[in-house]
Amino acid sequence: MIRFEDVSVVYDGASRPVLSHVNLHVPEGELVLVVGRTGSGKSTLLRCVNGLVPHFTGGTLSGRVTVEGRDTRTHPPRELADIVGIVAQDPLSGFVTDMVEDELAYGMESIGLAPAVMRRRVEETLDLLGLADLRNRPLLSLSAGQRQRVAIGSVLTTHPRILVLDEPTSALDPGAAEEVLAALQRLVHDLGVTVLLAEHRLERVVQYADRVILVPGAGEPVVVGTPADIMISAPVAPPVVELGRLAGWAPLPLSVRDARRAAGPMRERLAPLADQAALRARAALHVVSGEPALAVRDLVVRYGPQTALRGVTLAADRGEIVAVMGRNGAGKSTLLSTLVGLHVPRSGSALVGGSTASQLSGPDLVRRVGLVPQEPTDLLVADRVDEECEASDRDCGAARGSTRAILDRLAPGIAADTHPRDLSEGQRLSLALAVVLAAEPPVLLLDEPTRGLDYPAKKHLVATLRDLAASGHCVMLATHDVELAADVASRVIVLADGEIVADGPATDVVVGSPMFAPQVSKILAPQHWLTVADVAAALVEAS
Amino acid sequence: MDDPAWRWIAVSRRTLHALGDRAQPRWTHPAAWWVWALGLATAASRTTNPLLLAMIIAVAGWVVARRRPDAPWSRSFAVFLRLGFIVVAFRVLFMVFFGSGIGAHVLLTLPEVPLPDWAAGISIGGPITAEELLLALFQGLALATMLACLGAANSLASPTRLLASVPAALYEIGVAVVVAMTFAPQLVGGVTRVRTARRLRGRSHRGVRAFAGSVMPVLEGALERAVDLAAAMDARGYGRTGPISRRLRISSAALLLIGLLGVCLGVYSLLDAGTPGNIGLPALCAGAVAGIVGLALAGRRTVRTRYRPDPWAMPEILLCVTGLVPAVAMVTASLIDPVSLVGQSTPPAWLGLPLVPAVAIACAMLAGVLTPPPPGAPSLRRLHAERAQDAVTEVAA
Repeated sequence: MIRFEDVSVVYDGASRPVLSHVNLHVPEGELVLVVGRTGSGKSTLLRCVNGLVPHFTGGTLSGRVTVEGRDTRTHPPRELADIVGIVAQDPLSGFVTDMVEDELAYGMESIGLAPAVMRRRVEETLDLLGLADLRNRPLLSLSAGQRQRVAIGSVLTTHPRILVLDEPTSALDPGAAEEVLAALQRLVHDLGVTVLLAEHRLERVVQYADRVILVPGAGEPVVVGTPADIMISAPVAPPVVELGRLAGWAPLPLSVRDARRAAGPMRERLAPLADQAALRARAALHVVSGEPALAVRDLVVRYGPQTALRGVTLAADRGEIVAVMGRNGAGKSTLLSTLVGLHVPRSGSALVGGSTASQLSGPDLVRRVGLVPQEPTDLLVADRVDEECEASDRDCGAARGSTRAILDRLAPGIAADTHPRDLSEGQRLSLALAVVLAAEPPVLLLDEPTRGLDYPAKKHLVATLRDLAASGHCVMLATHDVELAADVASRVIVLADGEIVADGPATDVVVGSPMFAPQVSKILAPQHWLTVADVAAALVEAS
Repeated sequence: MDDPAWRWIAVSRRTLHALGDRAQPRWTHPAAWWVWALGLATAASRTTNPLLLAMIIAVAGWVVARRRPDAPWSRSFAVFLRLGFIVVAFRVLFMVFFGSGIGAHVLLTLPEVPLPDWAAGISIGGPITAEELLLALFQGLALATMLACLGAANSLASPTRLLASVPAALYEIGVAVVVAMTFAPQLVGGVTRVRTARRLRGRSHRGVRAFAGSVMPVLEGALERAVDLAAAMDARGYGRTGPISRRLRISSAALLLIGLLGVCLGVYSLLDAGTPGNIGLPALCAGAVAGIVGLALAGRRTVRTRYRPDPWAMPEILLCVTGLVPAVAMVTASLIDPVSLVGQSTPPAWLGLPLVPAVAIACAMLAGVLTPPPPGAPSLRRLHAERAQDAVTEVAA
């Protein structure tokens, strides 16, 4: 189906190849997962499949990529459009039309299918992906999960034999991610489509994969194998695999179900110390000062006719780490942006450090509260890291070099002349965080911070957030990432349709929730464990 | 059943079911909406009678309210109305300052600015008369009404669907325009994001410096999106060409060129009376024919097909008719009885409503009844339910 023969890719002006001497063969009807750290060349590998690399991106490709016998050297992407469908990271950026139904038909129109065929396939695709109710909706009005499904549908209508997806679930809430993955499963099982996907949230996808391609980066050779084999030693691994590694289970379980079957003895060993140990470990992590940092009362926020928040009341103290969870569009981002005064409440109040957020501006605002937006790049203005740091010092009136000092603590060793866009996702987040922290706000808000972060970068973020909380910051993060929430949050708030439906300690809220429970708690239920680290600590204590 | 009368009844019943609210929701052909709206605009251009003009605006507004689909582009009617209001205001203000005070009913007198002799005939300030004010109001209203008709066309006819019906050879230009149109809202989104970022960094987000500081990031974002979009379009088969012979390519290009030259020559000689000989009309016709053949040949190069092209059926024909009736009636009336269409301003008098034009304009209202509803339009019941729920939450809050 897809064959890579001794493929190397060098981008123009780069000193090192992104991929070197890759040999691969992907047979028909497999679901293949591409894993690796950020910047290791996963996206490049995916884009080689339909010739976007090098026809579109430039650079030099040596070796040969053949797809169903067509050589990408002689076939530009448009000539492969009928056999390879590719879905980019941000579905919105790839939409050509403005309505769902037209978008589904666009690819077929381009390759010139007969009108009757198009009509039939649009209907089939609407059913296959559960989009029938949305057929006449404008694309801009869709939620993130719906957009992702439309993007998949829009490439599926040309009946490609191969579907390539770059991080299809990283922007989605757990429910929407499951919908997308269920749709992919159906394509693989019922229609025999070959699926190649890259994803950071391995806990969501690894159990569905037939094979895993590990791209180690830095020009190291690519490793191909069964998921269990690769996961034993991969630098990126979901919690279920880490727990398996810790317990030495063989064969390594990849799904919660397999792990639960292997976890009987472990549950027995942990039973006597379950509650106290876990709770003690948590309590030691979070010293809540009792000093109020923010207070929200009966907050109602509307956008035109839509109500985003309906009467939200909450308060948080310094030293707390609060995770705000809920569906896409539940009002998480609105809550955070109201706390920095981007929205004026219709009624109710949002106070940070005792002042109404929407009345603050300039230095008054940034010294009380800081927000790292969903796309950290939005916050950055300069072309070089050192200029960015200097600009940040000036903006908040901090002493010269203070932003750089914070950055060096968060992510050491970033060269001063790098362009912020050339940094890895984790480094860029650190830079944005440093810019926000330079004003020393007691309240720190993060919107979806783990989007695009790999596991090591996520661990680093967790450590950073714990340090900040320990030094008296109040941290609030909106996230879909249940593992992150379980790992770092002292308290979890669940929003649904603009209302708070749950608010309490992480252990109480996420455990037992089918949607928000982390893998470890699902495996070790009914005991209340949240993370692999908790379990490891308890096991050490027990022995 | 083979009786012709029966068949006629069956056909007409089917036609009836394809019309109006009972019909299956579907898109009405955008070109038909434009014909209807331009018909109304033509009618508006022939009169300054404010009663007729108000009727036209009311008809356009009613049809928009009934047949507007739920899409971002369909909210432009209100914008055009506001624009029309500004036009009227400007026209009246202009008359207040520069009017020459013709008429008997002086309302008030502004201090007059003395102007030098060479500017004779222009006056600033001076007496303001009711006659002039009414004239300005009526003329402004006529312009505003035409704007409202354009606004109605913009809210009723999807621009993308209109472009989709251009000939195949022009398809690529059509796509470029569509992309540009989806691009604008995202540019607005980009501006919002940059302004947000400036606020989050404690910088001022108003004023010239803030604007200058946000231009680069917004453009950078736009460029990035353009590159992503180009990649996506390429990967989805944009610009695939079918096999085409060299001869066909050359002949289509040559025909297009000849057609363009012919049209230019024809238009020039028609407009310029001094052109020797009577070559204007023949050149124009020959040019047009060559151009059309050239376009058709060039269109064979693309392999592209059309998904669900909007049909041109009975509702479209009736829609065009309902739009053309007021236009024809008004043009005829302006030839036969021009006085009744003029808003009476000298001397100010109570207005009469000429019957035939009024009935013709009312005929355009049928557009809101005869056309099928657009797909996915928010049903009134759902809107009411949502409003009721909002009210409940507000009370609870």
